[in-house]
Amino acid sequence: MMTPTMRLDIVSAEKEIFSGEVEAVAVAGVLGELGIYPGHAPLLTALKPGNIKAILADKHEEVFYVSSGMLEVQPFIVTVLADTALRAADIDEAAALEAKETAEKKLAIQQDQMDFAKATAELAEAIAQIRAIQKMKERLKK
Amino acid sequence: MAIAKEVRTKIQSIKNTQKITRAMEMVAASKMRKAQERMQRAKPYAKKILQVISHLAKAHSECHHPYLVSRPIQRVGYIVVTTDRGLCGGLNTNLLKTVINNMKEWKNKNAEISICLVGGKGGAFFKRIGGKVLGHVEHLGDAPQVTDFIGVVKIMLDAYLENRIDTLFLCSNEFINTMSQQPTIQQMLPVVPSEDVKLQHHWDYLYEPDNARVLLDQLLTRYIEAQVYRGVIENIASEQAARMVAMKSATDNAAELISDLQLIYNKARQSAITQELTEIVAGAAVV
Repeated sequence: MMTPTMRLDIVSAEKEIFSGEVEAVAVAGVLGELGIYPGHAPLLTALKPGNIKAILADKHEEVFYVSSGMLEVQPFIVTVLADTALRAADIDEAAALEAKETAEKKLAIQQDQMDFAKATAELAEAIAQIRAIQKMKERLKK
Repeated sequence: MAIAKEVRTKIQSIKNTQKITRAMEMVAASKMRKAQERMQRAKPYAKKILQVISHLAKAHSECHHPYLVSRPIQRVGYIVVTTDRGLCGGLNTNLLKTVINNMKEWKNKNAEISICLVGGKGGAFFKRIGGKVLGHVEHLGDAPQVTDFIGVVKIMLDAYLENRIDTLFLCSNEFINTMSQQPTIQQMLPVVPSEDVKLQHHWDYLYEPDNARVLLDQLLTRYIEAQVYRGVIENIASEQAARMVAMKSATDNAAELISDLQLIYNKARQSAITQELTEIVAGAAVV
């Protein structure tokens, strides 16, 4: 009899890391190590930085490293939503502060009220310029 | 002969410009292809995460996560994605025009507006016309990472949680094909879970840690980051496509100019030769 298999997808926001049939998966969840075989109950957990060990359908073992992420288990589908970098509240906070500082530096003299008339005029001018260039191009072609 | 020489230098300088625009066109074409690949690679994640969120949202209709609940809109937040560099036709102008029109509509309904910017061009624009800019990230390069946007996304999510904005829009260019890019304004918050995921029977996940709320929080944050990432990547593909088209027409225009100038040059040269000949003949006749 063939050993039952399940589908394992490891994806990150930037690319698909692994997709294929596996017999078993071992991962490190935030509350402890998990071993998942086909037919597991639906489960959702956050992951700790660590290795994901998968036993492929051909008995080979593959190991992937994830810095953190989420694990979703359905009876015959296992999905790992991997983060591409280590995430922690303070790191996120630092990134937010940096973006804020960039904005403040860039817009040192800045009024809160938006000048829609100025914006519209400026955009109309830019669009007119683009149109003029296109017209000139057409005239050149003739 | 003086005119001929002038025209010749002019032709040479246009030829140099043409070389540059042609090189830029080719660079943009290859960068566009890479950006499109990146767009494709980002799709599985977005699809999966939306699936999980839809499951969670339905299984836990009693747990109202603020990101999923709509409330009366009095303050609007925008994440505006523009390019870092110019020379890409009307891409940024068209997007900013759409954004400004949209903002104006909200303004007419007395809504307050906050903005977060991704990309350099938007910064210069909003500096000139004003506006409440909460965060800004720029110099992303051709292959930005999700980590580059954590900051701006967090600023907006915090603002949403603290009731400083009631809805969040992402403004970026949609890549339709090489010739056309469409400015789009997409609602990020509150998140609308997809309806096509059907829950046949009522089942729920086991949760570790045993708190759906915490996990949902993490998932939704990732989801919004992934959406912003997709928007930025798509905007980069659009930028390269627009630049490619702009540079192609610049190269064509240069060729056009060169052929016109070449004609003038030939005429000038010919008339100089004719004049010289006349002079020689006249001189010979005198002798």
